[in-house]
Amino acid sequence: METIRLVYPVEGGDLIEAGEASSKMKLTLKKLGLPQDVIRRASICMYEGEINMVIHADGGQAEVEVEMDQIVIRMIDSGPGIPDVEQAMQEGYSTAGSTARELGFGAGMGLPNMKRYSDEMTIDTEVGKGTTVTIKIKIPQ
Amino acid sequence: MLLSDIKQILNATVLWGEDHLDREVMSACGSDFMSDVLAFVKNQALLLTGLVNPQVVRTADMVEMKCIVFVRGKVPGQDILDLAEERDIVVMTCPKRMYEACGLLYYNGLRGNCDGND
Repeated sequence: METIRLVYPVEGGDLIEAGEASSKMKLTLKKLGLPQDVIRRASICMYEGEINMVIHADGGQAEVEVEMDQIVIRMIDSGPGIPDVEQAMQEGYSTAGSTARELGFGAGMGLPNMKRYSDEMTIDTEVGKGTTVTIKIKIPQ
Repeated sequence: MLLSDIKQILNATVLWGEDHLDREVMSACGSDFMSDVLAFVKNQALLLTGLVNPQVVRTADMVEMKCIVFVRGKVPGQDILDLAEERDIVVMTCPKRMYEACGLLYYNGLRGNCDGND
């Protein structure tokens, strides 16, 4: 199988509408016939990433590569960056505001959830420049 | 447990999906916190929640839920019902509070089936 590349813009500002990119990716992965568990994990990771992007960075872009043996998801934003990644990775730590909490998010589970469901996660971030979170999910052969 | 049984046990009203009450769920979870649903849910096909917004439907969709029950008599707006229809997720509302709704379903045999602490 050739690598399939998908790109989804993530609109900033409207947290109520966040999640559309993840839904579209999920549908595409289903059409590709990938295992259900892989689709589920990829969808959850991207959904949490998308929510994070809308809360903290006014949107950005999600790039997805479906390879033979793995899915690579890059969540790229030009937001404020993460000053302390170790702190951001702690369950329960959050800088999100009340709107996120009212919608059932913003309690410091986003990045930990993404790590929980991925096989590999890296965070490249620079304060004032932006953040790229790269997630890899293996496809069992 | 069939969705029709859940409707009866909770004295619930179906807001979308009346034709799909023959669907079966094997376990359930109750939460108002969507990140917890994403973190801990595995193969639970029924979500009970008191939170009403479109992200509830999106979260349920991400973890392959078949049905959402809004507790405490909460009735979602048409935008939420449209989204649920698009995602093929049955929506009900029941007058009971979360604790009682979960308890009734558990008592009638619908377990949580969570990893580790069930």
